[in-house]
Amino acid sequence: GGSLTKLAYYSTVQHKVARVRSFDHSGKDIENEPLYEISVQEEITARLHFIKFENTYIETCLDFIKDHLVNTETKVIKATGGGAYKFKDLIEKKLGLKVDKEDVMTCLIKGCNFVLRNIPHEVFAYQKDSDTEFRFQTNHPNIFPYLLVNIGSGVSIVKVETEDKFEWIGGSSIGGGTFWGLGALLTKTKKFDELLQLASKGQHTNVDMLVKDVYGGAYQTLGLSGNLIASSFGKSTTADKEFSKEDMAKSLLHMISNDIGQLACLYAKLHNLDKIYFGGFFIRGHPVTMRTITYSINFFSKGEVQALFLRHEGYLGAIGAFLKGAEQDNPNQYSWGENYAGSSGLMSTSPDVYPMQRTRSGTFDMLEMDRLERPLVNLPLLKDPSTYIPDTVDLTDDAMARKYWLTCFEEALDGVAKRAAASQPDSVDAQERAEKFRQKYWNKLQTLRQQPFAYGTLTVRSLLDTREHCLNEFNFPDPYSKVKQKENGIALKCFQSVIESLDSLGWEERQFALVKGLLAGNVFDWGAKAVSDVLESEPQFGFEEAKSKLQERPWLEDSYSQWLQRLKEGPPHKCALIFADNSGIDIILGVFPFVRELLSRGTEVILACNSGPALNDVTYSESLIVTERIAAMDPVIHSALRDEKLLLVQTGSSSPCLDLRGGLWGLGRARQRQTDLVVIEGMGRAIHTNYYAALRCESLKLAVIKNSWLADRLGGKIFSVIFKYEVPCK
Amino acid sequence: VFPWFGLDIGGTLVKLVYFEPKDITAEEEEEEVENLKSIRKYLTSNVAYGSTGIRDVHLELRDLTLCGRKGNLHFIRFPTHDMPAFIQMGSEKHFSSLHTTLCATGGGAYKFEQDFRTMGDLELCKLDELDCLIKGVLYIDSVGFNGHSECYYFENPTDAERCQKLPFNLENPYPLLLVNIGSGVSILAVYSKENYKRVTGTSLGGGTFFGLCCLLTGCSTFEEALEMASQGDSTKVDKLVRDIYGGDYERFGLPGWAVASSFGNMMSKEKRESVSKEDLARATLITITNNIGSIARMCALNENINRVVFVGNFLRINTISMRLLAYALDYWSKGQLKALFLEHEGYFGAVGALLELLDSA
Repeated sequence: GGSLTKLAYYSTVQHKVARVRSFDHSGKDIENEPLYEISVQEEITARLHFIKFENTYIETCLDFIKDHLVNTETKVIKATGGGAYKFKDLIEKKLGLKVDKEDVMTCLIKGCNFVLRNIPHEVFAYQKDSDTEFRFQTNHPNIFPYLLVNIGSGVSIVKVETEDKFEWIGGSSIGGGTFWGLGALLTKTKKFDELLQLASKGQHTNVDMLVKDVYGGAYQTLGLSGNLIASSFGKSTTADKEFSKEDMAKSLLHMISNDIGQLACLYAKLHNLDKIYFGGFFIRGHPVTMRTITYSINFFSKGEVQALFLRHEGYLGAIGAFLKGAEQDNPNQYSWGENYAGSSGLMSTSPDVYPMQRTRSGTFDMLEMDRLERPLVNLPLLKDPSTYIPDTVDLTDDAMARKYWLTCFEEALDGVAKRAAASQPDSVDAQERAEKFRQKYWNKLQTLRQQPFAYGTLTVRSLLDTREHCLNEFNFPDPYSKVKQKENGIALKCFQSVIESLDSLGWEERQFALVKGLLAGNVFDWGAKAVSDVLESEPQFGFEEAKSKLQERPWLEDSYSQWLQRLKEGPPHKCALIFADNSGIDIILGVFPFVRELLSRGTEVILACNSGPALNDVTYSESLIVTERIAAMDPVIHSALRDEKLLLVQTGSSSPCLDLRGGLWGLGRARQRQTDLVVIEGMGRAIHTNYYAALRCESLKLAVIKNSWLADRLGGKIFSVIFKYEVPCK
Repeated sequence: VFPWFGLDIGGTLVKLVYFEPKDITAEEEEEEVENLKSIRKYLTSNVAYGSTGIRDVHLELRDLTLCGRKGNLHFIRFPTHDMPAFIQMGSEKHFSSLHTTLCATGGGAYKFEQDFRTMGDLELCKLDELDCLIKGVLYIDSVGFNGHSECYYFENPTDAERCQKLPFNLENPYPLLLVNIGSGVSILAVYSKENYKRVTGTSLGGGTFFGLCCLLTGCSTFEEALEMASQGDSTKVDKLVRDIYGGDYERFGLPGWAVASSFGNMMSKEKRESVSKEDLARATLITITNNIGSIARMCALNENINRVVFVGNFLRINTISMRLLAYALDYWSKGQLKALFLEHEGYFGAVGALLELLDSA
């Protein structure tokens, strides 16, 4: 680009993953042995890196590339943008690679499609004078068609219809170059940023002729707004008056923004499009221009069209050029996820608004995306994937909740770091890495305090996920592996007695005991500070103790009677999909008896667990071992497993929360089964996310609230119970 | 009752049309009050009034029959900032003693209503700007321009050598897109005499051209700004497609001569120092004109209208803009759209106001 270089590259990253493996128990005393073996292995995953830096650092950058270029078959480097010509010789000389120039607009659109498809909360609308300047949009499953208005020195308006089909439908010569060039002439201010700064201080009404200047005070009678601009620069039609630089810059900014907005609306109308994304250097993170463009679009479309902006707009060209170069590897067949640990997030570059962040982000900025092994699919049972929002509370919006949760994560951080270090007692540098993790996550939290919009909508889920990414970054793939191992072992020993006592109950009593067991099991959550404190200090705290902690009925959210009636009067469900939460007592003594009851009723069960570790949540591989052991004790589970009436699947996720929209690849196998009941368990999956999720079939969301602030907010106390049974309306 | 005036008070200019009866009988002459006679004499025997008022003699419509009376229609303009002096003069000439209605349109009809009342003892009849505009356009086109066509177009607008101004028959005018370029721009879609709508407008109009020229070149009149523009070279100021791509940008079908970024070259310090005031004036004119053309074209496409009539005082003595509009509309629409112009450019609102006066009488 004109002043910034954007580099995209692909790398393989080696990092540690935790694995569990069943011991060979034959002939051994299994009573005193751990349930399974935990090992840490190296795994190689693919990652995309995007770095943005000022052109003055290009030589340093080329040295970096040279040092890290491992694939010697690479003969060509793809480049786009004006600088592709300027730095061609330098790049070719330094790297010994041929520079292959790609069309700017083709790259831009390829990049745009890529981020729209892969990055949640990529798109946002700008709201002026609002507590939350950035309003993130949920990704629509179908991104096409859209209008891309690129405001560089001129304006290009491109209609994008499919992955490969786009068309230049128009443009305008009045763009960023006009603001800059004309602004420099009028104000003798040379830099674009300084011009914007001038404009943000000016009063355009001193230079522009407004409707009220033409109509006097009587414009009200006409139903016109007197503050509309009738003629830009209409008051400067005189040689003998001086105008301030600020006022002229402001007037110029309005003139150009309004003009672009008007043209964009005319093109959108002509082509019947309602999604308009704005990009280019005129927009790039500048609140001043985002504000005026938003105003203009709103005015000219009479509120029917919303101006939309992209979080990674500055990288689009580089991403596109990269994708061009990687075409034979077909990067679009994979899914990519933003790595919160390695990405610097959206920074406001307005000098006035965030002077501190500006110095931090001005020269260096990055985005990392991890390749996910398989394409992610939506849960087919979602009622409307296009309006589904996994998260219950938007912390970008809710300042009180945001403050609480940020503090909550800060306070828990030392404990998490300590546990991470303790989980690798044999590693010499565990302490050091744990400290690095602590520092990194602490910094992320501080950034989010100041710029809650940095990574899209801030949610409890994103805070949890960011923590997992940071832990992984410093090679703590599974800090709770030993805790889980121990708890699974203990819980398994109690399984049979729990089943016996359940079986001794009458039908109705048993149904209640099963639900209570599910809830009590869910108390065992190391992610909740109130619980981890108890578990640390009272090692004897068990299933019965947890039951006694639970709120008595009526619960905070209580549709148990309807559930019971459904069980009593309705036919057995065909197939239940259960999203499990914690290891140990939760899965073994809470979920499995419930599963067993369903199976006995003739309901098939799909048990979905996380693919990767998160807190003490049970992982898919752990669930395999646990199930195998239960099957050895229990004939119902045994035969269900054998007859594939009980299916274990992985969700594709490594998050304590649950996004029903992306992930769930393991459900591919389960799709044919006619699932008519979804059970979602735990705070992370049923309260922080999915509390309001609407499904096509019956659903059961249950959790114990293990956080007094949240309980308070929902109108209850700590250990309040949520039991939400929902039937979709016909 | 004479006198018959129509007034259009815009943001920059006041347009005044005056019907001078030529069929006054001796009897009438006898009865004509002194004040009325003096106003008639003053207006018709001068071509300039004060230091800024001008009668556009070349636009005068002769031997016109209006409401059964024969006479000439005069077209006079002066800057809006001289409005107080105008009202003062009316007061001195005891205009109010004539007991006539003064019909006025334009924003200034509202802005100066109180001044007319207090300073001139006159009650204005305020009329809708767009009603007057359309009424005026349709009327003048129907009576013609002293035996010639009021409406014209440019043939071969894309060919500088062969381009020529030719009369256009606007007998069946509907639907048409009417683009009025005054200080700002209003765009109307007209489907019949009574059926029209304001489609949109833009604040980048004649006022913007003149205002920016004043700031960039230090000029002080519209004429001066246009004169400078006629001598300048905008390609020194603007960044063209060929400046970026070395020629045409074929991927998007953009010709090399098209402006990619207005004032785009002015991002560079060296180039800022090497351009002349004339170049800057020219670039300003080209920028504003192209933009109006582009918005008008989009509106025409959205409204599905293929005739675009440009009026307003921005086009007065402004052949550069008219030819550019004709060219741009033709080129970018691949010949689908036609740009039309009218001889009486900025006076239609005032004519409409006069017609309203006669209708109401």
